Amino acid sequence: MNLAMRDAFGRKLESLGATHPELVVLDADVSSSTKSTYFAKAFPNRFFNCGVAEGNLCGVASGLAASGYHPVVNAFAIFLALKGADQIRNDACYNKLPIIYAGAYGGLSDSFDGASHQSITDIAIMRAFPNMEVIVPSDATQAGQALEYALGVQGPVYIRLNRNEMPDLPVSDDFETGKVIRIRSGSDVTIAANGITASFANEAAGLLASRGIEAEVLSVPFVKPLDAKGLEESVARTGRLITVEEHNLMGGFYGAVCEKFARDGVCCDMDAVGLEDVFTETGDYIDLLAKYGISAEAIASKAEKLIGRHEERR
Amino acid sequence: MGSKIKELLADPNRRFSPAELAALAAWFRMEMFDVLHQRGTGHWGGSASSAELTTALYFNRMNIRPDKPDWEDRDRFVLSKGHASVNLYTVLASRGYFPIEELPAFRTLGSRLQGHPCMAKLCGVDMSTGALGHGISVGLGMALAAQLSGRKYWTYVMTGEGCLDEGQSWEALLMAAKYRPERFVLMVDYNKVQLDGTQDEILPLGPLVDKFRAFGWNVCPLSLDGNDTVDICRSFDWLDSDEIWPKVVIYDTVKGKGVSFSEGKNTWHGAKITDEAFEKGKPELMEDIRKKEAVL
Repeated sequence: MNLAMRDAFGRKLESLGATHPELVVLDADVSSSTKSTYFAKAFPNRFFNCGVAEGNLCGVASGLAASGYHPVVNAFAIFLALKGADQIRNDACYNKLPIIYAGAYGGLSDSFDGASHQSITDIAIMRAFPNMEVIVPSDATQAGQALEYALGVQGPVYIRLNRNEMPDLPVSDDFETGKVIRIRSGSDVTIAANGITASFANEAAGLLASRGIEAEVLSVPFVKPLDAKGLEESVARTGRLITVEEHNLMGGFYGAVCEKFARDGVCCDMDAVGLEDVFTETGDYIDLLAKYGISAEAIASKAEKLIGRHEERR
Repeated sequence: MGSKIKELLADPNRRFSPAELAALAAWFRMEMFDVLHQRGTGHWGGSASSAELTTALYFNRMNIRPDKPDWEDRDRFVLSKGHASVNLYTVLASRGYFPIEELPAFRTLGSRLQGHPCMAKLCGVDMSTGALGHGISVGLGMALAAQLSGRKYWTYVMTGEGCLDEGQSWEALLMAAKYRPERFVLMVDYNKVQLDGTQDEILPLGPLVDKFRAFGWNVCPLSLDGNDTVDICRSFDWLDSDEIWPKVVIYDTVKGKGVSFSEGKNTWHGAKITDEAFEKGKPELMEDIRKKEAVL
């Protein structure tokens, strides 16, 4: 089994703690879930468990950041983005303080806990804050790379993490450039996948290939700043784009791409895979994603429709 | 400017006596009244109530270097009740952080003197504030940073009732009682009047002392008039004499202090100061300065 993103992130935090004395870690009574517990054990005096109080957690982090430290704030993505929004916006983003927000259990990955714990609006909230960068890693390696990148940023960065083991993707050494990562080349359609959906996109490309369609697959961890040029370059060749994300289609990755393309005058046939403005439910993670249209088959199906071959084949 | 005030401000780095602080605060209060009247926007009520407290902190208590505002060992001040920005600006300018001539630019486009304090724009502001209830958390973070780094600076947070309405304040109180960082002080500018009415009408907080104690804080046992600089200096003595952290000091203050018809009135929280009110109120503030200068 591949390493879960949270484990990779937790281990990376622990190892960076030794070389970065300015690193402090805060958690909201979920350190055994977020895996910040590894850091807590290694550096107990630089770890603060703030209890189930995300607003205060984020405020304390800002005080630490304003006094020379680089805090990593761990909490469940949904509660961080909703209960910490005021403090993240007003204390950290407004002042451009160096703080890393690690949103654990992003998307539907807290699948069995149900809609109350599933984070489907965090990207929309975080990317709307001026000065905030937003990264949604695709796999365990990217989770660690995102943390290393964010430690070099003198401002707030949101990293959305996933709870479960997901397939590893080819490793890109130039993660920190923020560019789209091409994981498969093709000429018929571009599938731009945000976060863990990259593995589904890869799988979809396999399905499509067996049906005579060559899809280009891009892993796009950086929602903000968005590498619109990288997307545009691919779309210029394929003429078609499908964005894929584990988030409400309003305000997330698809929204970010649409906003940018509209302003830049980039035109292409376009569709999106993501949540259709609904609250989700309880269940096995992969089944749950599939129920709401986030699956390799769903991506392939949309790609076929976009290309217009779906009807022809019938 | 009164000649004695001018004399006092010639060397703002020395420690001031309670009588001198009282004269300075009276002067600052009048300057605030001028600026707010001139601009037609800003918060008089809560700025007037905290005038003595901020003056005493910056002119008697805090270890700061206005010529080096980012000095790492400086004492920190978080004005959690950020709407009292004109009060903070007046004190910071008089303390030498920026030219006093800049005060009338308060709340104008392009000014560093934003409606609520912004640390990214104005040196000397230790934290941007405005959204109520954030201050204790941020101050706690600063105090924890001191604890980690071994620096000996003090962190002062000033809240009003509005801040304490916010649940985050109580989250922060809980966490502070867990970590107990040294030199972490909460000052409550307790004027008991909010925007919509009195505190008792809006959201009763009492018994506040019992609540702070129950949350594990060391509450100053003195009964203190926060508009009386003698009392404020007594509270500072208590801060130095007791080693149980964190500490909170509750100061009874009067909203809209110094202008008789604005005192204790919620309608004076953030309302425009009309020409008529200005003409009536200014002589009262001038008289207060005269009296306080006379005893120096």
